[in-house]
Amino acid sequence: MLTLNNVEVMYNRVILVLKGMSMVIPKGKIVALLGSNGAGKTTTLKAISGLLKSEDGEVTDGYIELYGERIEGKDAEEIVKKGIFQCMEGRRVFEHLTVEENLIVGAHTRKDRQNIKADLQKVYHYFPKLEMLKHRQAGYLSGGEQQMLAIGRGLMARPKILLLDEPSLGIAPLLVKEIFSIIKRINEEEGTTILVVEQNANIALSIAHYGYIMENGRIVMDGPVEKLLENEDVKEFYLGMGDKGRKNYREVKSYKRRKRWL
Amino acid sequence: MEFFLQMLVTGIVVGSVYALVALGFVLIYKSSDAINFAQGEFLLVGTYVCLTLVASYNIPFIAALLITLAFSAILGFAVEKVVLRPFIGKPVISMIMATIGLSSILAGIVHIIWGHETRVYPPIFSETPIRLGKVIITPVYAWSFVIVIAWLILLSAFFKYSRLGIAMRATADDQQAALSMGISVKMVFAVAWAIAAIVSSVGGVLLGNINGVNSSLSMIGLKVLPVAILGGLDSIQGAIIGGLIIGIIESMTGGYLDPLVGGGLKEVVPFIILVLILMVKPYGLFGKKEIERV
Repeated sequence: MLTLNNVEVMYNRVILVLKGMSMVIPKGKIVALLGSNGAGKTTTLKAISGLLKSEDGEVTDGYIELYGERIEGKDAEEIVKKGIFQCMEGRRVFEHLTVEENLIVGAHTRKDRQNIKADLQKVYHYFPKLEMLKHRQAGYLSGGEQQMLAIGRGLMARPKILLLDEPSLGIAPLLVKEIFSIIKRINEEEGTTILVVEQNANIALSIAHYGYIMENGRIVMDGPVEKLLENEDVKEFYLGMGDKGRKNYREVKSYKRRKRWL
Repeated sequence: MEFFLQMLVTGIVVGSVYALVALGFVLIYKSSDAINFAQGEFLLVGTYVCLTLVASYNIPFIAALLITLAFSAILGFAVEKVVLRPFIGKPVISMIMATIGLSSILAGIVHIIWGHETRVYPPIFSETPIRLGKVIITPVYAWSFVIVIAWLILLSAFFKYSRLGIAMRATADDQQAALSMGISVKMVFAVAWAIAAIVSSVGGVLLGNINGVNSSLSMIGLKVLPVAILGGLDSIQGAIIGGLIIGIIESMTGGYLDPLVGGGLKEVVPFIILVLILMVKPYGLFGKKEIERV
């Protein structure tokens, strides 16, 4: 459905962040994109959603295709209209708007205004907490509630593909579990394709169908989740597991094992 | 007592016009963080256009007003597109400087076209004063008040309920997040400028009807800045209440204190009040506080 082929992204025409990034996101699946800090995960999402422009970034090579149509370099609003919606890192709710107004803004590009009421109910069905808070100013919500709002806002756009940038960031572990189980439900019940970027590999792989691992601006490994979970490198570097179960950090010797993909 | 009420009514009417013009500042500040120093010149252009239509072309006032509003909207769009678009993403200070330049240019154009002597609107509202108990209100004041209130209600509803209005508030909160919702931020800016130009020309036409028209009318722009700051630069209710406060204080000072000191105090008092209030409430009366989650 969505294909990135050999995409190169430069910021300010100098800093090369993505160096030939390729991935395929199949329809109706959850795809996890994992990687350490600065690997280029967020940049990848912004390249897809067209938000690069507002940060002086640019796709300088390769292409991004949605159903065979080139979308790289298009304006963000056009891409939202085509059905790709990004929930940005750090939630970015509109603090001075109420919860319900935030959700309505999510539906900004929708043409079928009469269905919005029904969709509000749908969001409240996934996130019952939001319904209780709907007249509250969004800035005063807790981190978890704001993340729910950010995802709910995404649902309001009825996207074909939902891009989630670190939905676990700064949220209590228990809530993270809840949020991810809702993401899974959204995928199953609405058929929304989801690309989730995470540092928390454990939780992301627990709901994803397919995983990509990114380092230094390119994909270094990919495969169905079951396969990734068996891979020794992934276990060691992303899941914190050694050969003998959970790793004891006292015994870590960093030279003991090299990543085989380097 | 009669005198007091009379001054109060004058203050409320003038204050409500200030409130309307202050809304222009607020809108532009909210959408782009810039202060528009050309607000007073928007007002000037609007009132001259309307005056010309009414006085020289004998167009009925209501029609002339509508044409003026359309003209102002186009002016606002054009200014945003030509003068300010290039400054998006640049430091705010350069945008503010650009509006100062713009104000000189507009003032110059007005001078070239309409000269500088004071002109008056032909009588549009009836001259028979309305009596409310002991207070006498001239119809032009009453109508100004009604028109301003109608506009304020219209604009509040626009921001509260309309899709574009909510999108504008969202953009004011977080531009990039608004982009990610598919909101066209450029469009939001353009609409903000258009509305700012429209409200100031309405204000200009009303003040022109009350006091006559000359180029010093653009000073209202500066006078309204304290109103906007007082209410909190980014608050719409703030602008309304700030406008009423400044209007009433101004009119009271003019009535009671000016005769004692020989005049002129009226012009200064709004700014004194401004400083005093900002010392106590730095965000203004209703300015939005940064919400910090800890």
